[in-house]
Amino acid sequence: MVMFWVSLLTISILLYVLLDGVDLGVGLLFGMAKGEARRGAMLSAVAPIWDGNETWLVVTAVILWGAFPVVYATLLSAFYLPLIVMLLGLILRGVAFEFRYKTQRLRWIWDLSFAGGSLIATFIQGMTVGALVEGLQFTNGEYSGGEVGWLTPFAVLCGIGLCLGYALLGACWLVRKCHAEVRDIARRQIPMLAIGVLAFLVIVFAYALVEHLPILHRWVDRPYLFVFPAIGAVAATVLALSILNHNDYWPFYMVALIFLSAFGTLALSFWPYMIPFVITVDAAAAPQSSLRFMFWGGAIVFPLMLLYTVISYSVFRGKVRTTDGYGH
Amino acid sequence: MDMTALFLSRIQFAFTITFHIIFPSFTIGLAAWLTVLETLHLRTGRTVYQVLFEFWLKIFGVAFGLGVVSGIVMAFQFGTNWSELSKMSGPIQGPLLMYETFTAFMLEASFFGVLIFGRSRVPPWFYLFSTAMVALGTTFSAFWIMVNNSWMQVPTGYVMENGMFVPNDWSKIIFNSVVWSRFPHMLLASYLTGAFCVAATGAWYLLRKVYHAESRIMLRMGLGLAAVLMPIQLLFGHLVGGYVNTYQPSKMAAIEGRWNDEKPGSEVLFAWPDVKNRRNLFEIKLPAPFGSLIDSDSLTAGETGLNSIPPENWPPVVVPFFSFRIMVGCGLVMLGLAWLGTYLSFKHRLAYIRPMLWLTFLSFPLPFIAIITGWFTAEVGRQPWVVFGVLRTADAMTPFLTTRAATISLVIFCAVYAFIFLFGTFYIYRLIRTGPRGMLFETPHLAVPNRPMSLADDEQSQEPSYVSAGE
Repeated sequence: MVMFWVSLLTISILLYVLLDGVDLGVGLLFGMAKGEARRGAMLSAVAPIWDGNETWLVVTAVILWGAFPVVYATLLSAFYLPLIVMLLGLILRGVAFEFRYKTQRLRWIWDLSFAGGSLIATFIQGMTVGALVEGLQFTNGEYSGGEVGWLTPFAVLCGIGLCLGYALLGACWLVRKCHAEVRDIARRQIPMLAIGVLAFLVIVFAYALVEHLPILHRWVDRPYLFVFPAIGAVAATVLALSILNHNDYWPFYMVALIFLSAFGTLALSFWPYMIPFVITVDAAAAPQSSLRFMFWGGAIVFPLMLLYTVISYSVFRGKVRTTDGYGH
Repeated sequence: MDMTALFLSRIQFAFTITFHIIFPSFTIGLAAWLTVLETLHLRTGRTVYQVLFEFWLKIFGVAFGLGVVSGIVMAFQFGTNWSELSKMSGPIQGPLLMYETFTAFMLEASFFGVLIFGRSRVPPWFYLFSTAMVALGTTFSAFWIMVNNSWMQVPTGYVMENGMFVPNDWSKIIFNSVVWSRFPHMLLASYLTGAFCVAATGAWYLLRKVYHAESRIMLRMGLGLAAVLMPIQLLFGHLVGGYVNTYQPSKMAAIEGRWNDEKPGSEVLFAWPDVKNRRNLFEIKLPAPFGSLIDSDSLTAGETGLNSIPPENWPPVVVPFFSFRIMVGCGLVMLGLAWLGTYLSFKHRLAYIRPMLWLTFLSFPLPFIAIITGWFTAEVGRQPWVVFGVLRTADAMTPFLTTRAATISLVIFCAVYAFIFLFGTFYIYRLIRTGPRGMLFETPHLAVPNRPMSLADDEQSQEPSYVSAGE
């Protein structure tokens, strides 16, 4: 039963990162884009899906609370300020989607809140993962790191890394969904972003070596973990080839695969801990009576949510027509 | 324990949840109203129902969007500010909120897309079905939230193990009389909110002498529905009072401004509770046994006073005392308006009595005020407990939360919420001011679901035709 909820939690987090990563990434690139035509096309590429994507964050939060209450309580309270700022960033980018078309004069406010909200949310998500990898300060199972215990150079580095990663994901999505200028610019951005992500990974690895991060021991103990970087390397190669061949379809999936391998790496190096080296999956699991009650939601309703996501994406498959305005 | 951080956390939770509840209570009612309109449209084939449907769908979209973005915050705030509570009650509250997310979000999100962009793509019966499913989704959401909150009011079906509330009887948690009096109370409140907003909109148009056909339907249906639901709401309100009297004597004593045990009890109508000296100033009250009659449905029952409850277990008496009276006052005014308006509407005189139209128009804040003060009564009246009788609010807070962090978060919450609230309500106001303009089959170029607020988009470009009348 515990493993069942670990799997659903994993799927939800992964879906959130891959799906909302796309529109947060487009939000980051949006901040650098000039001209209403380009900006409009970029928005249209994610407009139908962003809200559904964000819902996976709520799904993740409630699974965490229901199935692993200790982890929910510990992480959310430890990351108090960054989480609240992230939520407000998500709100600002969410309403900006809608409000920017209701005004001409004040559109710059909403453009700013769209790009800024995406940047804040992405950076904080990367930073929290970084802080988790590096390890928060705990005393007898209670967080004791203080208000800014998560703020370390390594965490900031991870925040920047995720910005690059999401931007790469967003650029690939634009290549896939858009035509003409928007696609071409995005395609030119991909190599730079990809190199940036690669450089980031190298720096992270070097940092982990130098600082003797405890998570590194996992790699010595579990050599099979190297299968993930291998997958990532293959995906990166295919990505490079597909960019050279001007293929619109493959880059997105290759970057998704890179994300998947990074996620798999992290998840398996954490295992069996949910908060590394402090709380294990089994110690965090809710009582059986809770998990059994939740089971029906996971077994019946969760697949329905997946089905809805599939339907939503298939309804809006294909390229965004350049003539399409944003509903006006 | 940082007492200032505790106070700020309570303010923050109260602020964010008060902001949030405005929108769901409006959209639950509107979703039901849309279902009724679409049914009528299909049954009668009259276009006026469709005009109304399209018009209210736009308003629904904006309000729904604000409800969604402010709702996401709630899923996190239990963990950020109340980590001890979420650790202890996670095994019960977590699964309940999980079911809310899974059942309600799914229905709402998928069928909302059909509702907005699918008119031309699906058969009429399926369109009606989708409307009903959105209404059902909002209802599910309300249901799970009420189960969750009712458990915090009257915890049941659990044992304490290792400092956790471990559920041992889910049927007790979900199917108990507290849930099943409070859930209808909230649902009816939402329907009444929808009804009064619809009626007020109709009255506004009649005052401005525009949209005659539509506004008569809105007035008649809004007030008529309220006329039927208001007495039922009062009944359920009375049932909710019954659970408070049984399980939360401290809240009841505060609501009633009752200091001493009485057998049978009297009923304080108005007063100024003087908490320091444990008495009421300027008191107007009905003699015994009215208090026992109202609280316990009995002529002889004894009623508990605050003096027999230790002061450390008192709620802040003044808040529930007044918020309860404001709620009941709003309810009684709404009842009077609904009955009088429906009577006049049967006599075909309502449209010509301008003072009555003004009263109806100005009544739209009443259901919102009633809902918010009702929740203040329930939540402030529950203090000092977060899980009534078991866990104190002070012990539920994140132990290491500092005043500085709580101040920063509260300030930025206020700033951002004020910002989006002003713009959101301004767009709703502009939609309503512009009115139903008979845009029947409006299909956006790019069919885009999951984008609630985009519905208000096209108002900018087109100048409203004849809104200036009466402004």
